[in-house]
Formats: sequence, structure tokens, C-alpha cells
Amino acid sequence: MATLTWKVGGAQGEGIDSTGDIFATTLNRLGYYLFAYRHFMSLIKGGHTNYKVRVADHPVGYHGDDLDILIAFDQRTIDENAHELTEDSVLIYDSGKLKSPVIPDGVKLCPVPVTNMAKDLGSPIMKNMVAGGVSAAIVGLSADAFDSLIEERFGKKGESMVQSNKAAVRAGFEFAMERYGVLKQLPNPQPAEDGGGHLFLSGNEAVGLGALAAGCRFLAAYPITPATEIMYTALAHFPKYGGKVLQAEDEIAACIMAIGANYAGVRAMTSTSGPGLSLMQEAIGLAGISETPLVIVDVMRGGPGTGLPTKTEQSDLNELVYGSHGEIPRIVLTPSTVEECFYYTAKAFNLAEKYQCPVIVATDLYLGMSKQSVPVGAIDFEKVTIDRGELISEEELLALGPGEYRRYAVTESGISKRSIPGQKYGRFVAMSNEHDEGANEEIEDPETRVQQMAKRMRKLDAFDPSALGVEYDGSETTELTLVGFGSTRAQIGEAVKQLRENGVKVGHLQIKVVKPFPDAMVKRYLSGAERILVVENNATGQLAELIRARVGFHNKIQSCLKFSGDPFTVEEILAHCKLEQEVGM
Amino acid sequence: MATMKDFRTKNKPTWCPGCGDFTVLAALQKAVVELGLEPEQVALVSGIGCSGKISQYFNSYGFHSLHGRSLPMATGVKLANQDLTVIAAGGDGDGYGIGMGHFVHTVRRNIDITYIVMDNHIYGLTTGQTSPTSERGFRSKTSPQGAAEEPVKAVETAIVNGASFVAQAFSGDVKQMTQIFKEAISHQGFALVNCFSPCVTFNKVNTYEWFKEKLVNVDELEEYQPEDADRALRVLAETKGTVTGILYKQKRPVYHEVMSGASDVAAAKLDLRLPKEEQQALLQSFR
Ligand SMILES: Cc1ncc(C[n+]2csc(CCOP(=O)(O)OP(=O)(O)O)c2C)c(N)n1
Ligand code: SF4
Repeated sequence: MATLTWKVGGAQGEGIDSTGDIFATTLNRLGYYLFAYRHFMSLIKGGHTNYKVRVADHPVGYHGDDLDILIAFDQRTIDENAHELTEDSVLIYDSGKLKSPVIPDGVKLCPVPVTNMAKDLGSPIMKNMVAGGVSAAIVGLSADAFDSLIEERFGKKGESMVQSNKAAVRAGFEFAMERYGVLKQLPNPQPAEDGGGHLFLSGNEAVGLGALAAGCRFLAAYPITPATEIMYTALAHFPKYGGKVLQAEDEIAACIMAIGANYAGVRAMTSTSGPGLSLMQEAIGLAGISETPLVIVDVMRGGPGTGLPTKTEQSDLNELVYGSHGEIPRIVLTPSTVEECFYYTAKAFNLAEKYQCPVIVATDLYLGMSKQSVPVGAIDFEKVTIDRGELISEEELLALGPGEYRRYAVTESGISKRSIPGQKYGRFVAMSNEHDEGANEEIEDPETRVQQMAKRMRKLDAFDPSALGVEYDGSETTELTLVGFGSTRAQIGEAVKQLRENGVKVGHLQIKVVKPFPDAMVKRYLSGAERILVVENNATGQLAELIRARVGFHNKIQSCLKFSGDPFTVEEILAHCKLEQEVGM
Repeated sequence: MATMKDFRTKNKPTWCPGCGDFTVLAALQKAVVELGLEPEQVALVSGIGCSGKISQYFNSYGFHSLHGRSLPMATGVKLANQDLTVIAAGGDGDGYGIGMGHFVHTVRRNIDITYIVMDNHIYGLTTGQTSPTSERGFRSKTSPQGAAEEPVKAVETAIVNGASFVAQAFSGDVKQMTQIFKEAISHQGFALVNCFSPCVTFNKVNTYEWFKEKLVNVDELEEYQPEDADRALRVLAETKGTVTGILYKQKRPVYHEVMSGASDVAAAKLDLRLPKEEQQALLQSFR
């Protein structure tokens, strides 16, 4: 299976993102499968940013260890990305600006005076388009590959903008064609059935679409990287269908508004990242005791505090599982692909209404902000079912008469029928205090407390996390089983494939629900493993600890951790497998 | 037509005898009845404190939420279903302490709700600490030497931040309070009613008598025009805030009519399913 990796890097504010986006979107439309990863820093101008695209003839969920082509606008880009360059790599650099760049050995050099060429064409900003033209030439695309996208993106700014950008692409193309020719082979395109491109979207966009498909018509949120895109997606698509989107004054308000809206009968959500999730903890407790449905999406980033606001990490797990005060029933889903971001978010609304409790969908920057090609049809609104749970009907309420409905009736299932404000005789007060069945009065007597607490805690007994929660690839017994959750899935998958090619008997367990924990399934799949390696993007091995606490296997479990802010590479995971083997643990 | 009885619950209020909150409850019940509202058309969202218990004694839909969070909760309820009459209520600590941030932003948005603050210049439920509206020098368990801070000027804050309806009432004058509640609820937009509601147990300074002596009623002022913000601010300055009546009102666009996604149909009543062509078009935009 063929792949090609390409990266453009420079200072933030140089238009790196739009260059990457035009290259990636064009290739996607031509029928290639892509994974596009954005690396950026928490500043607006300066610093270093890059946009990496892995092009393949099959769906990929990982941006790749190495680089075939690097386009560097500055020395820093070369320095920071040198570790990805190999003897086969091609380095294109701005020869006008970098007179004598420090360059790793063996790399093929393609100096191009991109800035000067752009200046000659009227504006140095267009160096990105020159670089795009160079890229097109050396991978064997035609000179007009980007034309339609340029028309789309720059059309609003006038015909002369369109023409000058096209001219910049052509200048770069001709320069590279003359001097270097085709240097790298693109894999074979695999267009969709209708001949077009695949769907190309990020985890955050898939979350927004999943919410829309599930009938979510209210989002309140507060801007925070890497979750803000969810809000943008909601803003772009909810209002057309009457869906309300509100930028709250803070995450406390955002979460409470989502609770209020759910209480009043609309499917509502909020989205945030770690620091915002911390501010929501009190509200999560409120949703728990008042038994109000609530959907929260947490796109994790490097923490704690403000930590690494533009880098990825999976370090909120403990907070997701244990956070908030007191004890409440909750569900925490950890989708691992763009498709799962769509379906798990949609599912979250059903679960929140069915169990009348908070449901958190946890992703991270890597999954949330990376765009991937997924086959058309892989995201299908028709496959989303809508189940609003136990709502009491008008007829039932009328039959009960005034004052008889008990919102918090103690039931065997732990779930009581919910009325919606506006329904006659359905009156109740949702309560943050402990209360009796009728929710009429805060109650502190031990018996009622125990009854209500037990009722709430029992409601998830019926929820079987294994159906959604676990995916296992491997045989009953293994030498080694790799375990992960969320965005590390693709790298673990590729590592497992390579290990198998080397004859290692290896398994891959992906955990997709962490609360309630799928104990039985995890136990079943791990019991046949000689060694267990838990791969996670954090410093303390939170998932490994959770597995130890829930199912045991203390001696067999080892951790493969990374908390630098970057996602795992396959090589790192493989190195870790070997390392552990040699140590003979 | 609903009567007072329809807005009463079986619960007997646990407020101390004489607490100002009793008349706030009674006035609110009277106001909704006189406005011809039915219990199921109203949602009363409260915060935490003695005052926050009001939602338990008022027979409508309700949410006894969190300390300081009644406004974002009421916002969520209103934006989900604009057809409901939404009222938020709580104490001065609740609204102007922990909830101060939400207060200003709710004012700015002009959410169509009525906000009733039972202002007793003290924290009641936590047994007598200094509140944001306690006067400078006020002695309490947490300010044994007298509060060092200036009191928050909540009403003025509301006016200067673009409130569309601002009033003050007094628990000792149920008639005026009821009238103000009626106008506040009928008002299109955010309506603040700051009610002086004495705490007879912990506040020995700001008593009924103290308020009666100080309070000036704008209705009795010559040619008072509530559309004049400058005049309202002047009266508040002259009386150090001890003034009752409708202080200020203006016409402003209501949030749910201008926000992203504004529609005539309440969000809670919309179709959840997208038409098939729409689904296809939407997905096409991601290719
Ligand atoms: C986050 C949080 N902090 C503190 C409290 C404790 N608390 C409960 S009521 C209250 C003060 C209430 O004072 P006020 O709002 O003036 O209402 P009153 O009781 O005087 O009517 C406090 C601090 C709480 N419930 N939640
Ligand atoms: S403590 Fe004060 S505010 Fe609370 S109920 Fe008693 S009198 Fe009212």
C-alpha cells in the first residue's frame, strides 16, 4: 500500500495553513485518501507552524513517521522537522531567503526562490502558491491542479486575485518542472463511486455533524483551542434548521445553559477542552442529581493549567471518569476515528436522554483538528437513530391529574419518566438538593437520601458498555497486546501490522467507553495476553491505572507514554515494544 | 383561569417567620395570576440560598439550580422554548457575588426573562456573612471589623450595561411589588427587579424599619420618566440606591429574536430530522 508524505512549514502568519489546505483538499477531490495534521504554536505571528499531509491509496488515520517532501520557508522548519527526513526525502527551501541553510545529510535539495518569484508576480504572500506549484510538479500533478479550488477560495476577492494566484502556481510549476522534474510518485487515486473525492473532514467537524444528525438544536460554548471548531461547525450548520448557537461568557455558563436547554426539551450540548471541563465540574454534578440529560464534548489538549494549548494530550481521563463533586452516574465515550466522532456524538444524545445523565464525548487535538478522508457513505445521517428515552406523554399526565406526577419516582430501572416544561400537570422542580420522589422539597432524611441516591446510581446497570466500548483485533492468546483509547488507534494499528509482519503474535484492544468501564470484555481480551502494553498520550498512565483498578493484571501491564505534545509515531510504539521485550519484563 | 391556589405547592416555606421572601413569593403568585398565566406556562429558575428556595414553593415548572447560576440556566430554558414565561430568582450573594459575571452578560444579551433578586444585604442560608450589597463597615461573621469593600451597585450596573427594564421593590410594600412584577414579566427583554427583602434573623441593621425610613418611591417623584437613564442614575446616587419603583426601561431587540438560529418556532418544538436532500447537500460540502 503506497503513501506519500508532504509537509509545508514556516512562521505562523505566513499562510502555511491555507497552503496545506489547498494542497490537501485538491488531492482529496482527485480521489486520494488523506490525513492532514496541523502543528501550531500558541501565538498568532512568528513561532513555527507546519501542515503535514499523508496521501494514500487507502484510508489512513495517521500522518506518518517520515517525510517524502518538506517545503521550508525558514531554517527553523528544517531544524524542527529534520528527524522526519530520510535519505529519500526531498527538501524544497526558499533559496532567496535561506542563503546557506543547515541541511541534514543525504536529503535531495530543491532550492526555489519562492519569495522572490512571488514578489516578481506582485506579492510576496503568494510564495505559498509558488510552493504549491513546485509541489504539483515534483509529484507529477498538472499545472492546473489547484485552479478550481483557487477559484472557489479567492473568487470572492475578485478575478485579479484568482488570476495572480493561478499565475504563481504556474511559475512554481514551470520552475520545478524545468530543473527537477517529477521526483516523487503519488499512490494511485481511488475515487468515490461517482468519480469524485471522498469526504474530507476533521473530528471536530464530525462531532458537529453528529450532533446535528441527532437532532441537537442548541450549542452554548466558550472559545478554546482545540474545541472551537465544533462551535464553528455548529454556527455554520445549526441556524439553517433553527438550531441556536451561543457564545457564553465562560464555560460555567455554557454548561449550565446546555442543562437548562435540555431541561426545557431541546437536545443541547456544550463543547470545550480541559480547562473548560474543569470549570464545568459543578454543573456536571447538577446534571447528575437533577437527572437532566447533558452532552459535553471534551477535546483534550496538553495540560494542566494552560499547559500546551495547541498540542495534543490524553490527560483528562481521570477527570472525565472521576470528576465533579459527590457521586453521579455518567457515561464517557472515547471515539477513535472521524467516523466514530460522528456516530458516538449522535449516540451520546440518545444515551443522555435514555439515562437522564451527563454523557461526555472525549477526543483530543490530534483527532479533533486533523482532517481525514473517509469514504462517502461512511458518514450517513440515515444510520443515526433518535431515541428520546422515557418522556411522559400528555395523555398520561392528563390521566394523572394535577399534582400527582412524580418526576423522581423510584423505579427498578432507576429511570423515571421525564416531563417537559409546558406540559399540563407535568410540573416539577429539577433539584440540585436531595429531594423526594415528587421533587417537592429538599429532603435530608436518611431513608429518602439512600433511596434517591441508590436509584440514580442504579440507572446505568442496564447500560452495557461492551457493545460500543471495545474493539479487539487479535487471537485468544498473544505474546503482546497493545491497548489504547481515542486518537492513538491508527498508530497502534500500524504498529500491530508491522509486528505481525515480523511474526510477533500481537493483539490490539481499543477501548471506546471508559465509564462505565467495560470490565468483562477487557478482562476477556486481556487474559490471554502474555504482556500488555497500554499506549497513551499522558505522563501518568491513566488508562493503565484504570485497567488495573477495574480488571487487575497488575504484573502484566506496562505503559508506553508520551506527553511531549506531539502524537505518537509508529516507530516510537515499536521501539517501546522492543525495549520492553529486551528488558524481559 | 388559574387562581392563587394553582400557584401554591404543598410545601410550607421553611423561611424564618417574618422573612422578606414570603411577600416576594406572594407578590409573584399574584402577578402571574393577574397576568392570566397557567402554571405549565411558567418556569421559575432559582439559585441557592434562602431566597433560592422560592422555586419549591411556587407551583410552576422550576429548576432549583446552583449557587449563582440561575441566569445561565434561565437563559438555556428560554432559548430552548421561547414560548415559556421564564423567571429567575435568588439572593444578592447568589446574583451579585458568585453570579455577577453572568448577571452583566445576561443584561447585555437582553434575554427575555424576569430576574428577581431578594436583596437582604447578607448571606442568609450560610448563617450571616457579608454580602456584595452589604454596606461598607457592615459587621458580620466574616467582617468582624466592618466590611472593607464598597457595596456592589447592581442596579446601576444593569442600567449602564444596557438593561431594558430595571426596577426595585420592597417586601414591606406588596402592592407596589406585585405591580412591578406584572410589568417586569410583561416586558419584552431582560427585566431586573431588585427586591429589598429583609433577613430578620441575621441582619440587624437593614431591617424593615431601616428600609421604610430610607426608601424613596419614584412614583412619588415629580415627573419621573423611566426612559431617562441619566435621571435614574442620578436618583440612585442621591438616595444611595434606596429607591423603589420602575427606574428605567427602554426598547431593545430581544436576544432570541436576533441570535444565531433565531426562529419563530421554539427550538424544543423543531423537527429533529433533516430532510434527505439537505443531508446530501451538507455532506457534499465536505468533499
Ligand atoms: C459553589 C458554592 N459555594 C458556596 C455555597 C454555599 N452557599 C449557599 S447559599 C450561600 C449564600 C446565599 O446568600 P444569598 O444569595 O444572599 O441568599 P440568602 O440566603 O441571603 O437568601 C452560599 C455561600 C454553595 N452552595 N455553592
Ligand atoms: S435566615 Fe434570613 S433570609 Fe433566611 S429565611 Fe431566615 S430571615 Fe429569611
